[in-house]
Amino acid sequence: MSTTEHHDDPVEPVLPEHGDLYGVLAEYDTPGELVEAARKVRDAGYTEFDCYSPFPVHGIDEAMGIKRTILPLLIFGGGFAGTVGGLFLEWYCNAYRWGWNISGKPTWSIPANIPIGFETTILLSVLTTFFGVWMLNKLPQVWHPFFRSDKFAKVTDDSFFIGIEAKDRRFDVEATEKLLKDAGALEIEKVYLDPDPAKKKLPKWIMAFIVSSTAFALVPLVIAAKARNSKSSEPHIHIFPDMDFQPKYKSDQAMDLFSDERENRGELDGTVSRDPASLKADEAFYYGLDNGAWITGFPKQLDIDQRLMDRGKSRFNIYCTPCHGYDGQGMGAVPTRVARGGGTWSVRDLTDNSKPPSHAVITMPNGQLFNTISNGYATMMGYAGQIPHRDRWAIVLYVRALERAHNASIDDVPADQQKGIR
Amino acid sequence: MSTETTAGEPAAEHHDEWKPGEARAAFRQVTKDVAWVSEAPKPHKLWVALLGIALILFAIGVYSIYVLVTTGIGVWGNSNTVCWAWDITNFVWWIGIGHAGTLISAVLFLTRQQWRTSIARSAEAMTIFAVMCAGLFPLLHTGRPWLAWWMIPHPNDMGMWPQFRSPLMWDVFAVSTYMTTSILFWFLGLVPDLATYRDRCLARGQTVRGIIYGIVSLGWRGSARQWHRYERAYLILAGLSTPLVFSVHSVVSFDFATSQLPGWHTTIFPPYFVAGAIFSGFAMVLTLMLPARHLFNLKHIVKESHIEAMCKIMLATGSMVGLAYATEFFIAWYSGNMYEKFAFINRAFGPFWWSYFAMIFCNVVIPQAFWIKRVRTTPILVFVLCIFINIGMWFERFVIIATSLARSFLPAQWSYYHPTRYDIGLFVGTIGLFFTLFLLFFRYVPVIAISEVKGVMPEAHAGKKH
Repeated sequence: MSTTEHHDDPVEPVLPEHGDLYGVLAEYDTPGELVEAARKVRDAGYTEFDCYSPFPVHGIDEAMGIKRTILPLLIFGGGFAGTVGGLFLEWYCNAYRWGWNISGKPTWSIPANIPIGFETTILLSVLTTFFGVWMLNKLPQVWHPFFRSDKFAKVTDDSFFIGIEAKDRRFDVEATEKLLKDAGALEIEKVYLDPDPAKKKLPKWIMAFIVSSTAFALVPLVIAAKARNSKSSEPHIHIFPDMDFQPKYKSDQAMDLFSDERENRGELDGTVSRDPASLKADEAFYYGLDNGAWITGFPKQLDIDQRLMDRGKSRFNIYCTPCHGYDGQGMGAVPTRVARGGGTWSVRDLTDNSKPPSHAVITMPNGQLFNTISNGYATMMGYAGQIPHRDRWAIVLYVRALERAHNASIDDVPADQQKGIR
Repeated sequence: MSTETTAGEPAAEHHDEWKPGEARAAFRQVTKDVAWVSEAPKPHKLWVALLGIALILFAIGVYSIYVLVTTGIGVWGNSNTVCWAWDITNFVWWIGIGHAGTLISAVLFLTRQQWRTSIARSAEAMTIFAVMCAGLFPLLHTGRPWLAWWMIPHPNDMGMWPQFRSPLMWDVFAVSTYMTTSILFWFLGLVPDLATYRDRCLARGQTVRGIIYGIVSLGWRGSARQWHRYERAYLILAGLSTPLVFSVHSVVSFDFATSQLPGWHTTIFPPYFVAGAIFSGFAMVLTLMLPARHLFNLKHIVKESHIEAMCKIMLATGSMVGLAYATEFFIAWYSGNMYEKFAFINRAFGPFWWSYFAMIFCNVVIPQAFWIKRVRTTPILVFVLCIFINIGMWFERFVIIATSLARSFLPAQWSYYHPTRYDIGLFVGTIGLFFTLFLLFFRYVPVIAISEVKGVMPEAHAGKKH
């Protein structure tokens, strides 16, 4: 009996020569003999035995009576979870949690979601296979009593072994050895556990490594926990700046370069516009004002006709409906969506005439409504940059039409059409 | 080197009587023939030289990435018109190369092609390294690669989820699944051989190496009960990898096929891309294995018949690719779609005509030489032809991407594409990375699946009663 191969430190005299018997190892010459011997061992009624070979020996499963592994069942479960999980993930993210309109395509449709569902099926099956095989094989287990045998090292090279463990209820040293010998064993070896009880424990340096690395791994967590529970006047650490800090000036910042220490540069004296319209001399058209008061009619250069009304309708439907709605009553797509999420987004009802007159759009002079469209009001931004003046006036006209239509009575309908409505 | 090992052959010659120890001597020889590569105290001089070159190339790549990340995508030759260029070309090229590895390890395993055992391990390693190189390109093409984790679905304070109906997102899932599967499949196959290395190291007193190999081999001890589950797991992984490899390149082709661009918008892409991937991958396997088998004396394990079989596969897939080129032209004419017609005429006779004809020459004309048996059995010729095929398949992807984008619908948008030094640097860098990893693999990991080779030797049936 040999002790381990690399620890040739002297065994202390108080220890017995070897520990408890773990089992016997018998070596065979060819794969064929191994199969025959395995069959005999099984026929003799042993259960706690195993064959060891450098490659999977054909026919050994049947000879040893190895039951089919349940691994394929596990993998089926993993794959099924992959299909369902993948499809659920896609549905949850794209159809339920964050419905996202891409070129008007449906938020949930099976064909576009198949590829990822397929990949997650494969991924989970593969992970189940890989981890399942090691779990069922009870690996990793870097230490096994049979490794104490010198000969056993050749099992990964050219040797074939049967190992019967002493815990088998039929195990009897002489009878078992005789059985293995009769089956054609080249050599038989008893394998003992290590006599030194200290060897059963993890070596100190490994223990120290595990403890210290675990402690070290906690450090980032501790730092993160501290950061979450304390306040700091320092700015965040920007690992990736992402153009957050740029060497540039924004409007109304101070700047040393100029004598007035302002970054904004006004027009130079004597600047003349190349476009007379940009002088915006016509107060009524450009500002909706007449001698400082809101105008109530429309600027004189506009022809109030169906074309202007149609133009106003199309601009209103593009720019105003997301919040105000197509009917101007304030339930556009944005407030509707916000309301569905439980929030509030109050939008002025453009047609309402029930409120105190000072707040109602319906009582606003046209000039004031024009000014509101141009410069915004409360959380509504100004549209001066997006909608030309003429179109803004067209919107004013269309809003007036909406108000009229909303508050209309049957008498407003031409007499010859009243019948059709009822 | 002994000539008595007959690895990779079915039990053709029927030994009924085996002399005691004869089979074991044969197994021992296989172990030795493979293990000596990593056990030689000093690496081969040529290996050191090649590693040096590969590391220099890799350093060029690292520098290119550094400039790219600190400056921006503008350092590449990509423009508004040719927005996908070398980066996506290289991505598809590398991914395609990877596919042959899976094909050899999985599809040929399922079809019981025993000759695959000699090359499966290195082909799988090639897959992993190629996918690593491939993954770099789309990652860097995002411009801000440190935000790539946004593509992983996770609850976040932006309230934002990935767009799962986009082929680019399919790519993320397909390629990462492929990478994971390739690594696990490769590692599963490696464990018994790593255990062989472990035992050999410990027997020769190399404790540190022995412990490292011992940890990575998970304490494998070749038990029949473990082999039983192991073989089942291996078979199932092969079965899972097979549809996966086809799906991955199909998904890669969807990146193009689902767009509206003439020259991309075709249903032929998935099969055409898969055939091209196998074609280029086998060429790369041979490019790697032919010098290696010469350098490491593995000629009796990686036999001429194996090389011949691979040449035949290249001939078949190369002809499929040629057929696909012809079909594309036919459909462009037959569809009566003027944009489609223009795209293909432009492809062959437009400003990128040189790349088109380079592709035709390398991919369609060159592989026809494999009809001749003498060519298939002359390693040096096969090596040279494989280099041509590698180049040709790179041009195929370039032709598809650059010529289609450079001449899209609006003539005002038309432009030409020139790579910059950083485009070239990154490509060269991935080649360096690939060869660095491959050379390290050759030195430290069993390059031949030792246990599999033993399992298909006639000696594996020694002593059996029939």
